[in-house]
Amino acid sequence: MSAAIVSTSGNVNQGDTLIDCNISELHYGKFKAVRDVAVKIGRGTITAFIGPSGCGKSTALRCLNRMNDLVRGFRLKGHVIFRGQDIYADKIDPVAVRRHIGMVFQQPNPFAMSIFRNVAFGLRLNGYKGEMENRVEEALRSAALWDEVKDKLKSSGLSLSGGQQQRLCIARAIATEPAVLLMDEPCSALDPIATHRIEELMHELKKKYTIAIVTHNLQQAKRVADMTAFLYVDTSQGGRTGYMVEYAPTAQIFENPKEQYTKDYLSGEFS
Amino acid sequence: MAVTRGNVPADNFAIDLGSLEHSLRQPRSLFSYVMSFLTGAATIAAMVPLFSVLYLLIERGIAGLNWAAFTDLPPAAMTEGGGFGNAIVGTLVIVAIATVISVPLGTLGAIYIADFGADSKIAAAVQFAAKVLTGLPSILAGVFAFATVVVVTGGFSAPAGGAALALLMLPTIMLTAEEAIKRVPSRMREAAIGMGATPTQVVTKVILPTAFPGILTGIMLALARAAGETAPLLFTSLFSEFWMSRTQPLFFPKTVSDLMKPTASLAVLIYNFSGSPFENQIAMAWSAALILVTLVLVLNFIGHSISKRYANH
Repeated sequence: MSAAIVSTSGNVNQGDTLIDCNISELHYGKFKAVRDVAVKIGRGTITAFIGPSGCGKSTALRCLNRMNDLVRGFRLKGHVIFRGQDIYADKIDPVAVRRHIGMVFQQPNPFAMSIFRNVAFGLRLNGYKGEMENRVEEALRSAALWDEVKDKLKSSGLSLSGGQQQRLCIARAIATEPAVLLMDEPCSALDPIATHRIEELMHELKKKYTIAIVTHNLQQAKRVADMTAFLYVDTSQGGRTGYMVEYAPTAQIFENPKEQYTKDYLSGEFS
Repeated sequence: MAVTRGNVPADNFAIDLGSLEHSLRQPRSLFSYVMSFLTGAATIAAMVPLFSVLYLLIERGIAGLNWAAFTDLPPAAMTEGGGFGNAIVGTLVIVAIATVISVPLGTLGAIYIADFGADSKIAAAVQFAAKVLTGLPSILAGVFAFATVVVVTGGFSAPAGGAALALLMLPTIMLTAEEAIKRVPSRMREAAIGMGATPTQVVTKVILPTAFPGILTGIMLALARAAGETAPLLFTSLFSEFWMSRTQPLFFPKTVSDLMKPTASLAVLIYNFSGSPFENQIAMAWSAALILVTLVLVLNFIGHSISKRYANH
C-alpha cells in the first residue's frame, strides 16, 4: 500500500507507507481509552499527533512500538502493520519490535551511567561487536551534541542540562539506527532554545529516519510535521474516549481543516 | 493595627516594623530557638553512651593488643600471653559464608518482590515474612541452623554458623535492596524497555547498576550486625581452641574437613572470656571486642568507598 504524501514545504514526497496503524478500539481493563485512530505513516516523514490532554495521543503513539504492553489490562482491537507485518501478531516479540522502533520520552531519561555508555547501551543490547567509539560519535553528532560532550564522554549522563539530556536520549535512540523514532512530547520539559534545537534536529533526522511525534505545542506541529493527526475526546458515552477527528497534511489541517472540531481547537475556541 | 482597605494606597498600610525583627519576644522566634536547642541537646544525649562505650573499648582493649594477639591461639586459664588469631580467621570465614548465602538470595528475592512479581501475592507474603524476620531473636536463628545444619551434618561447623547469620542478614538485605530497586526512577526502566531490552536486561543493565549503592548499604548494615552476633554461633559453630587449618597462609580452611568442625569466632571468644575469673582472659576479651568493632568499621569503609567510586563512574 502506498499513499502520496504532501509535505508542507511544497515538494511532494512520494513516500511509501512504513507504518499502517489502525486502532479500532483500545482498552485499559474496562476503560475504553482510544477508538478509531487510523494513520498511515510514510517513510522519511514526520507525523504529529495533536489534541487536548487525555485525548489518547500518547497512547496511540505508544501502540506503535508496543510500549502499552506494559500497562495492565491493555487490549487492542486493530492492527499496526510495520513493513508488511502486523506487530500485534501472536508470533511477534515486542522486545524485537522496540529495537526497530525507538522512542524518546517526555522527560529526558538518561541512565545513571556515563554519556558514552548511555549511547552505547542499545548497541551493546544488540550484541554489536564492531568499533564502538565511531558509532557513539556518529550518534552524538547526529543528535547535535558531540561538540558539547566530546571532552567529557566519561562523565555521567545525568550531569548534563535538560536540553542536553534530551539530545543524549535522542542519540541513544538513534545509535542503533532504528527505522522509526517515536517522540512523546520531547520538548515539554525544555526551554524554548532547547526546543528550537530539537526541532532543527528533527528536520535533519528526517533524512534518515521516519518520525512520529506527540506534541501539545501546535506551533511545533506546524513547524516540523508533514502530516498531522488531530485527536479529540469523546465524552458522549459517559467515559473519556479519545478518537481521531482528522488526519491530513499539516498545511491543510492548519489552514483549511475539514472538521469543525479541528477548526475550533486550532483557533482556541476550546477553553 | 487599624488597617483600612480600598481607598488607601498600598504603601500607606501601617506595619509594625518591630514585628519584622528577630527577637526572643516573638513567640515564633522563641519557639524556633527552643526547638533548635532541644534537637542539639538530644543529639548530645544520644552520643554520650555511644562515645563512652567506644572510649571504654579503646582504653581497655588497646592495652592487650600486640602482635601475638593476632597470631597466637587463645590462652588457657592461668597462663600469660596468647591471642585470638583463630577467632579472627573464624569470624571472617563464618561471615563470608553468611554473605555468600544471603546476598544472592536477598538480592534476587528483592528483584522479584520489587519488580517481576510486584503486586503479586507471593511478593506480599515474602515481604511480610521478611519484615517479621527482622525482629527475629537471633538465638532462634541459631536454633534453626542447629536443627537444619548441625543435626543433619552431624556436628558444629563454620557453615552452620554461616547459615544462622545468613538467616539474620537475609531480611535486612532483601528489604533494603527492595527499597533501592524501587527508588530507581521508572522512566529509566521505561527508557530501557523502549530501547528493546528484555526484562532480564532491564534488571541487569539498568536497575541493578543504578540501585547498587543502596543494595551495598543494606549488605553492609546486615554484615555489621551479623559479625557481632554471639547467640546464634553458640548453637552452630561453638568455639575452638585451634586454628581451622594447620597450614599457612593465615591458617584459613583449605579442605571441607577444615570447615566441618567447631570454629572459633570473636563474638563467642568475647562471650567466653568476659565471664572468666582470669585477668589475662578478660583483657583478651576487651582486645577482641576492639578488633571486632574495628573489623566492622573497616568493612563499612570499604563498602562506602566502593559505592562512592561506583557512583562517580
